[in-house]
Amino acid sequence: MVTRHIETDLSIKIESAGNELRSSIHKKFGRSLHIREIDTGSCGACESEIISANNPIYDLQRFGINFVASPRHADCLLVTGPASKNMLIALKKTYEAMPEPKFVITCGDCALNGGIFKDSYYVEGAVKEIVPVVLHIPGCPPNPLVIMRTLLSFLQKGEVR
Amino acid sequence: MDCPEIISGIKKKLPGFNAISVLRDYPDEICIKVDPKVFKDACLVLHKLLHSPVLMLFALDERIKLNKFEIKCVFVNVKEGQWVIVSMDIPQENPCFDSLAKSIHSATLFEREIWEMFGIEPKGNPDLRRLNLHDEVWPQGNYPLRKDFNKISGLAAGEYKFGKVEGEGVFEVPVGPVHAGIIGPGHFRFSVAGEPIINLEIRLGFTHRGVEKLFEGRSYPEAIKLSECVSGDSSFAHSLAFTQALEKIFGTSVPTKTAIFRAIFLELERMYNHVNDIGGIAVDVGFGFPAAYASIIKEAILQLNEKLTASRYLKNVNTIGRVLTEIDEVKKRMLLESLERVKYDFNELVKILNSSVSFMDRVDTAGVLRRKTAEDLGVVGLAGRASGIPTDLRRYFPGAYKEAKFKIVMQESGDALARLKVRIFEFKESCRLIEEFTRNSAGSQNVNIHKELRQGSALGYAEGWRGPVLYWIQTDSAGLIERCKIVDPSFHNWQGLSYAVLGNIIPDFPLCNKSFDLSYSGNDL
Repeated sequence: MVTRHIETDLSIKIESAGNELRSSIHKKFGRSLHIREIDTGSCGACESEIISANNPIYDLQRFGINFVASPRHADCLLVTGPASKNMLIALKKTYEAMPEPKFVITCGDCALNGGIFKDSYYVEGAVKEIVPVVLHIPGCPPNPLVIMRTLLSFLQKGEVR
Repeated sequence: MDCPEIISGIKKKLPGFNAISVLRDYPDEICIKVDPKVFKDACLVLHKLLHSPVLMLFALDERIKLNKFEIKCVFVNVKEGQWVIVSMDIPQENPCFDSLAKSIHSATLFEREIWEMFGIEPKGNPDLRRLNLHDEVWPQGNYPLRKDFNKISGLAAGEYKFGKVEGEGVFEVPVGPVHAGIIGPGHFRFSVAGEPIINLEIRLGFTHRGVEKLFEGRSYPEAIKLSECVSGDSSFAHSLAFTQALEKIFGTSVPTKTAIFRAIFLELERMYNHVNDIGGIAVDVGFGFPAAYASIIKEAILQLNEKLTASRYLKNVNTIGRVLTEIDEVKKRMLLESLERVKYDFNELVKILNSSVSFMDRVDTAGVLRRKTAEDLGVVGLAGRASGIPTDLRRYFPGAYKEAKFKIVMQESGDALARLKVRIFEFKESCRLIEEFTRNSAGSQNVNIHKELRQGSALGYAEGWRGPVLYWIQTDSAGLIERCKIVDPSFHNWQGLSYAVLGNIIPDFPLCNKSFDLSYSGNDL
């Protein structure tokens, strides 16, 4: 049932991206990367794609990436949205609640610089001005394969402590 | 009830009533301007006459050209397929009006929004707490939707006061804004005694981005892009409602072919969201297998969307007068083949759910939203239909749906199972509709689109998967947006959730929440 809905070449791309990702995570974090997601004002499309990246077709979990319920359990904070003023306190508190070593990844054009909302009276814009960001996944929204591949090339470069 | 009939209907209840003006710029809209002294009574009469909740209640800042504010209230006349818009002028020296909230509950949140965005006081509204401009970060007295708003002044100081339930053994459980899953932010304040929920107060606004202000001054291409980012999983419904409002103002007529393409895309959006929710409901009761199954079907539809329009979320498809990507014969064949596979898998998914007694036990009678409560709150769309309210724009403003013989899907029990069943039957109905639509191969889209970029105002609407998405737009003489009022169905329906959970245990909250699956960003704008 899984393979009936996707084509062969997409399937090959996912497999090759995934296997390299798995060995990168193994090297850096001893087999798993725990991610806490936070939405600072996103329209919901990025969340939908991040959830899709966990479906049986892309299945990030088999490569060692888990999404966790609490920042206390997380290695990485995945931030979406243009940083609405109402979420600044929550964003900072969530980041502070994470134990070291930790890092932040932004997902989606809004989180880079506010995207289409950047001139709004209520949006701070760049998430990197609020918490230190090491990686950005571009797109509106970035599709699950882009999410997987961007994570991979980042981990391969070894920029994380 | 036709145009003069509505007026005589009001006169029967309010002897001596006279409208200042009655305009019928478009066949589906009737605009009645009244004196502020009779606005509240006229609205109450219409609310009862039409059995319609307040679907929109918003303000306009017209002080620069006309030295006044204006307030508009929108009802729907389903018998005639018509929107009834009542408006009144508010003097700029004394920005206030008589609140409708105590008589019409569905006006409450709109009045709070008018107060926080424009500083026009709804006198008599018992609740003046701000919705989206949080006291912790935005000082009082700064009204962003006023035309002369530039930057904030003053310091923010304040705390949002939640309603308190007192008693022995009663305690408060705060949840959010950051939630355990991958989902938007919102704060839920439960008052519980043991496990059952006595009260739930929902505080939203965390994803407020000032969208309505961002529309102002934009030209239509950028504005259509912006409308697609209000609520990502309803981007097609939003861009459709927006585009149709502008088409009314600019005098652009749309051929049947375009209406049919739009209907196909609207149904595809409905389908991927419904199957996503069915999977989500399974996740929230810990039933992993059908959840995974459903997510594959959702992925199949998103990939189908991409093959048809180059966008998984159907973005960049609508524009004035046409859709940018057509479904030719090749695409039509591919669409129908994919639909066959999707339908087969969906039926298997439903079998898995129906065969699990423990799953059915969880959803049955959980999160009941009674019909009377739903009507009073103005609950619309899917949640309304699951509680027995026949609310569906596709029935009352059929357009392309008429020939396809659209059938409304309803349930009576108002529980999570009812909302699940509405999704299941609507998914199947959407498949059938798409097959009907593709059978119609006559005609073509317009090549030369007639549009006059001019001043005007109109209401655009589309039945998105959660419910009716409404855009009221006013343009200036260059065709740029002057005011854009957006009402996503979530704005009405979040209140429904706060009543549906009463009496349920806290561990059933994720299930109840997912059975509604409302948009945080669509609500907050």
